[in-house]
Amino acid sequence: MTNDPHLTHDEGSIFDGLIEGGDDSRWAFGTDFEDPLAGVDTTVPDGVDHAGLARYCLMLGDDALIMSQRLSEWCSRAPDLEEDIALANMALDLLGQARLLLARAAAADPGAVPPLPDGSPVPAEDALAFFREAEQFRNVRLTEVANGDFAHVVVRLLLFSVARLALLERLRASRDAVLAAVAAKGVKEVTYHRDWAGRWFLTLAQGTEESRRRLLTALDELWPLKPELVSPHPLELSLAEAGVGVDPASMAGEVDAVLDQVFAVSGVDRPDRPALAGVGGRTGRHGMHTEAFSLLLAEMQVVARAHPEGRW
Amino acid sequence: MVTVPHLPARERAAEAAAQVRDPEMPMLTLADLGVLRDVAVERGDGGEVVVASITPTYTGCPAMATMRDDLVHRLNGAGFPRVEVRVVLYPPWSSDWISERGRAALRAAGLSPPGPARRADGPVGINLGPTRRALACPRCGSANTRLTSEFGSTACKALYRCTDCLEPFEHVREI
Repeated sequence: MTNDPHLTHDEGSIFDGLIEGGDDSRWAFGTDFEDPLAGVDTTVPDGVDHAGLARYCLMLGDDALIMSQRLSEWCSRAPDLEEDIALANMALDLLGQARLLLARAAAADPGAVPPLPDGSPVPAEDALAFFREAEQFRNVRLTEVANGDFAHVVVRLLLFSVARLALLERLRASRDAVLAAVAAKGVKEVTYHRDWAGRWFLTLAQGTEESRRRLLTALDELWPLKPELVSPHPLELSLAEAGVGVDPASMAGEVDAVLDQVFAVSGVDRPDRPALAGVGGRTGRHGMHTEAFSLLLAEMQVVARAHPEGRW
Repeated sequence: MVTVPHLPARERAAEAAAQVRDPEMPMLTLADLGVLRDVAVERGDGGEVVVASITPTYTGCPAMATMRDDLVHRLNGAGFPRVEVRVVLYPPWSSDWISERGRAALRAAGLSPPGPARRADGPVGINLGPTRRALACPRCGSANTRLTSEFGSTACKALYRCTDCLEPFEHVREI
């Protein structure tokens, strides 16, 4: 009990404060998530190409969106309730990053947004997520390959979050205020994701013979997708040159150092497998994706595409 | 709704906005949570507009739309028909911004308030060991607690269990 007049425990429920006033109309507002950048200054820094900035935001936004989609597929399927909730939480953090980055892409270059019929209520971020074709997505292929067992999602999330945290740490210094703000926030969130993945990696490596076998199998399978995380696309190099983006090659040393630390504590050898080849040098950043990606998109986009005039 | 008519518009608006509660942790006001960053009154063509600025606790926080609607609703009720809610992304929200009154309200409602957030300026080291927090069970006060999961029912909470009274409780994470 408390004497604080701002609290309402003595009336029985902490939720009393939400229902005072007797006007129920608030419950009918629905979940019309408006522009996540409402009121945010989206002026493009001097000397930066608008279309290039938009395409760069799609790269980072698509990584978060597709990783979020794969993590969401774990909902109700994790080994226990706590890890189910953990995976859903991390998916939500990444979805939030994706929303801001896709909205930032649309604000920098409205021409990047797929055209929809006049009067369509679909916001730009949704048009980008649900109405682009596979070859228009710029995510790295690590985010899109099909899910496997629990060890698989632990390894995937470790590789992804080690690289993403290294990237966001650097992106905090971006000349683009929106990217810098997304990064400053994201560093705090992805730190928790990386710790989660690192601890589970260690736990599975030092657990049972079976957990270790599964972990090593997943690591062997996903390792060829790791080099793409630190391989620069020409656009990333030019945005890094402009002080807006990050050259992923510049973070390769940190990525390796963190992974080696996890491997050493876990008693696991660094895999020796070559990078998954692209097609004529083209990989996820160029819009060249795996077969699994089209299935992911089909499921992710089907409802929005069936109802292009829908209000949610 | 108590309004104090002799106060300047900005102060009346700020007072009304400060009473709006967080939809997921309704023992806290948005002001005590540190989410309400600013309330200003701007002169527009059609009269004065109240501009309330809020920042998300987590990037994907699904409660932002509800916070916006609740702010508009409350300010309309306080005599401000024109309200604009703006999102502020920088500096990012920190659990350090939860006020002392907010921490007391969390404890009173059975939630463990956050400790100091870790600084995140340079490279962040990976933590492979168990998370160490100096916590007290919000029900019995025991310091013997065990982390169940670093991720809880909302993005901002971890799950704990008290090993003395055996009750589970939620801890607002440091961020």
